[in-house]
Amino acid sequence: MDASENGKTKRGEELIMDIGIYNRRKRANKVGLTLSLLAMALGMIVLLWILFILFTKGFAALNGNFFTESTPAAGSAGGGLANAIVGSLMMVVSCTLISTPIGVLAGIFMAEYGDRSKIAGITRFVTDIMLSAPSIVIGLFVYAIYVAQVKHFSGWAGTVALSLLAVPVILKTTENMLRLVPGTLREAAYALGTPKWKVSLSVILRAAKSGVMTGILLAVARVSGETAPLLFTALNNQFFSTNMNKPMSNLPVVIYQFALSPYENWVNLAWGGALLITLTVLGLNILARVFFREKS
Amino acid sequence: MTQNTSNLKNAIEVRNLDFYYGKFKGLKGINLNIAENKVTAFIGPSGCGKSTLLRTFNRMYDLYPGQRAEGEINLYGENILDKARDLNLLRSKVGMIFQKPTPFPMSIYDNIAFGVKLYENLNKADMDERVEWALNKAALWNEVKEKLNQSGLSLSGGQQQRLCIARGVAVKPSVLLLDEPTSALDPISTGKVEELVHELKNDYTVAIVTHNMQQAARVSDFTAFMYLGELIEFNETKQIFLKPDRKETEDYITGRFG
Repeated sequence: MDASENGKTKRGEELIMDIGIYNRRKRANKVGLTLSLLAMALGMIVLLWILFILFTKGFAALNGNFFTESTPAAGSAGGGLANAIVGSLMMVVSCTLISTPIGVLAGIFMAEYGDRSKIAGITRFVTDIMLSAPSIVIGLFVYAIYVAQVKHFSGWAGTVALSLLAVPVILKTTENMLRLVPGTLREAAYALGTPKWKVSLSVILRAAKSGVMTGILLAVARVSGETAPLLFTALNNQFFSTNMNKPMSNLPVVIYQFALSPYENWVNLAWGGALLITLTVLGLNILARVFFREKS
Repeated sequence: MTQNTSNLKNAIEVRNLDFYYGKFKGLKGINLNIAENKVTAFIGPSGCGKSTLLRTFNRMYDLYPGQRAEGEINLYGENILDKARDLNLLRSKVGMIFQKPTPFPMSIYDNIAFGVKLYENLNKADMDERVEWALNKAALWNEVKEKLNQSGLSLSGGQQQRLCIARGVAVKPSVLLLDEPTSALDPISTGKVEELVHELKNDYTVAIVTHNMQQAARVSDFTAFMYLGELIEFNETKQIFLKPDRKETEDYITGRFG
């Protein structure tokens, strides 16, 4: 109020604006800012709390045996998560190798070839549904069409379920990233007499490389923590196994089973596994950011 | 109106060309000749159809559904609007440089080699030679010869545009289309590109769209003035700028409208 009145006298002219309205806006701004800061603080506190619990309990479980020994039998002491770590790695890596070409090529089709065609429209719609489909449904689906047919759980079934979750993510980001490539670059490539497939692969995809890589990494980060689709497909394996045709141990299902058990060493291993997954996802996210920043 | 170039050999002859953006008629009955090894400039206010016309010469509009051209555009006697025409082959003969520099996301060397590899099978030594030749043509060689492996995107705007010109020249087209090639460049880079256009006409037929009338006057042998999708006047550049036949042309070049 004072400042505005000073302004009035200094300039020696009448201020036409209504100071009342201005001050009310300023108050509303303060209230809004405070509320949003509170909301952010709440989110941060919960997140830090989760990380704190995870780190204290998780690091306590990490010892020499953690990476070398397999999951212990019920009631026996010690043990580690070697089988679950290797199983998770094998399934996530196979999933990445399968879903990356499918997702990227489908994304190229959607952005460069299909565009406004009917099939692209339907695919886009289905992809959006798949992106938000509960992962347990995907697990059940693979159980019905694969596990129930061959009559045993397996690492491959788990891989298929994870791929069904990863493909839509990769497809969607690839399409979006390709669409961000300026049309002028596309025209410049065509203007040299470049055939369409080469324009798409050598110029457009390359220009969107970092974005597409980010999408792939985020998809990997997403599937590496999935439990539900693996429950019905890879199930679990108490022993160390690299046979993808057999039930396969994996971190999320081990955490699920061990965390609820009455054995202390199992619960500890579950915390250790949870920490490991979190750190992996964190690492993948940081990597994705680095990739994306490289471009811009 | 087309008689001005009749004593010269024509690279492109446009006959009764109509162009449509969906239902909108963007070009109306265009007739003109583009003489071989000359620079032909297209001037006119925004939206007059000069870029549209340029984009029919390599059928760039074909990328966009709903755009179509009717009439004839003869490139050395062959109608390029023919449905059976192979567009990739056409575009390897009729190169295009755009308003904004568009280096590909690859090294300077590969930017040049990319187009060459599409239609020629050169060994390493020949390719090196071609890259150097093209970069020399675009007056860029001395600035980049030490860093051919760096990304084309690391160059300045003016250098990027000359890289694009080198890329267009490298495939040895017969016609080069320049769509406002200097509107995103500073005056020094603009000067370099203009000098380049002068050089290029020794080997190529050049068609240039520009908003800058001094540029048209400086670089071109013939100038076409377009307005609202029609070719208003087409003549030797000297005539257009010193003694235009039509009132509209005079008004435009003296800045009274547009």
